[in-house]
Amino acid sequence: MNKSVRLTLIALTCAVGVAACSKKQEVKPAPPPPPPPAPTETAPAQPTGYTPADLNSDPCLRQRVVYFDFDQSTIKPEFQQIIACHAQYLQDRPSAQVRLEGNTDERGSREYNLGLGERRSKAVEAALEAHGASASQITVISYGEERPTCRQHNESCWSKNRRVNIVYTSK
Amino acid sequence: MMQRMKNHAILTLLAVVCLAFAGIGQVHAQGLSINIVNGTKSAIPIAVVPFSNENAGLPPSTDVAKVIHMDLARSGKFRALPREDLVAYPHRGAEIKFAAWKLLKQDYIVVGHVDDAGGGAFKVSFELWDVNRRKQLLDRSYTARAGDLRGVAHQIADAIYEKITGVRGAFFTRIAYVTATGLAPNITYSLIVADSDGYNPQVVVRSHEALLSPAWSPDGNEIAYVSFESGNSAIYIQNLSTGSRRVVSARKGINGAPSFSPDGSKLAVSLSYQGNSELYIIDLASGQERRLTHNYAIDTEPEWMPDGQSLVFTSDRAGKPQLYQIPVSGGSPKRITFKGSYNSNSSISYDGKQIAMVQGEGNVYRIAIMDRSLGGQKHFVSPGNFDEAPSFAPNGSMLLYAGMQGTRGVLYAVSSDGQVRQRLVLSHGSVRSPAWGPFRSHQ
Repeated sequence: MNKSVRLTLIALTCAVGVAACSKKQEVKPAPPPPPPPAPTETAPAQPTGYTPADLNSDPCLRQRVVYFDFDQSTIKPEFQQIIACHAQYLQDRPSAQVRLEGNTDERGSREYNLGLGERRSKAVEAALEAHGASASQITVISYGEERPTCRQHNESCWSKNRRVNIVYTSK
Repeated sequence: MMQRMKNHAILTLLAVVCLAFAGIGQVHAQGLSINIVNGTKSAIPIAVVPFSNENAGLPPSTDVAKVIHMDLARSGKFRALPREDLVAYPHRGAEIKFAAWKLLKQDYIVVGHVDDAGGGAFKVSFELWDVNRRKQLLDRSYTARAGDLRGVAHQIADAIYEKITGVRGAFFTRIAYVTATGLAPNITYSLIVADSDGYNPQVVVRSHEALLSPAWSPDGNEIAYVSFESGNSAIYIQNLSTGSRRVVSARKGINGAPSFSPDGSKLAVSLSYQGNSELYIIDLASGQERRLTHNYAIDTEPEWMPDGQSLVFTSDRAGKPQLYQIPVSGGSPKRITFKGSYNSNSSISYDGKQIAMVQGEGNVYRIAIMDRSLGGQKHFVSPGNFDEAPSFAPNGSMLLYAGMQGTRGVLYAVSSDGQVRQRLVLSHGSVRSPAWGPFRSHQ
């Protein structure tokens, strides 16, 4: 268990490392965010692809939260489908941008939880990229334990707070 | 006679009302009230007699003897005789009837008086006597304006504490902490600086995004902290007297866990712009930074050892968070905690012998102190369940930490032996992230 978790972690962190490198290379050629209005109108050109309207109607895309186990940043199998559809959306809409907001429950120290929240958001970033999203479409941020959605001191509440929110900053 | 008394009473009332209004302008709503959670019987018995008011003008609004009494009681080293048990009210050494105090089993007695020093100032005089030897140990006086009388009382408590225990007192110090008021998403965060007993709170900075991790400069003039006000975490240093501030680090990713070096020239931080949380040391004069750790783990919460030669920090490189020590010159970190599955968030005593930390076991997070001079033996000083952010007083005798009461954060001050614990309660809102400031020079 522990070993496999660690292996997954290493794999993920490696993926993140690679992603970070490739991102740096990609960030340079791409000038600061391209103007979004044009693609919104040209979208119908790809009939099979997702459109911004799908973000509100598609049952998979409507799910924007990935939950984690305590002190873990491994993406659980039940969230692979969400990752996959959001990665598909990002592929279909190259101008779309997401911010991945990592959060933790209240237990432990605030600064360590900042690190843990970032690790979770980077795990989601790596998974999105593994499914074809471009690093330049993704920013990650950690709020640690500072933005709980639930404030009771029990597992059902904590489980809601250990999450990464997928926030579209550009559709 | 009656008329004069009446006038006096009205004047006093007016003064009190004025003072109350003056208070509202600042952070009246943020005031901390204090109550003792538990006590100890093994402490030194001392009687602090209320000081007489011998000035011509209005009586001071501060009960100097009560502040001294509370300071000594809070330290865990003293058992201050409750006022209702006092048998006499001497104000000068010559008035003390030692036999009576000996009968009450008091080892020491403090007496004093407050006089008019002219120009609205007060002169506070006190004496400390050894009851058994009938010997005067201290005889001092201080001049201060009404607003500084609590400060004078803390300095007197420091002098008494040092004379009897041989350890420098830390009552005349300040603390910093963060409050959160209002309900999400309209929370207001405030970084507050107050006296060591929670009085005289002053807002340093307010933000609608999270504030955390305040850290004092060694001279007490500046505070470094983390603010999310720009959307992401950033580290600021703010001057407490001028209010001016500067950004020290606003990189991509995490900018967190600032800690001043003992000489004040550097700031140890945790930054993640190069991939994941790593320790860096920033030279404050040049702004130059130097990376210290290279690991896929979370490396954060650096704290300087008093000699400035190494840092203690939190890392989960072994799977779970544990404390490690690394030379400031770099090199490989050495793990220093082995007991407990979760150890983080250290605070180091001035002599480097005691390291306080958050220790987690299951769903219980408590403050533990590891005594390195005793071979790393640990004892708990808090009951849990969600205690964090320990911060030693500059003399190592007490520490502050944050705990939860219901869904509300509260601060506790606890003696380092864990015997006496006191709660500092915010009138409303939630308190967290305490940091005990350095010694201040006395009058």
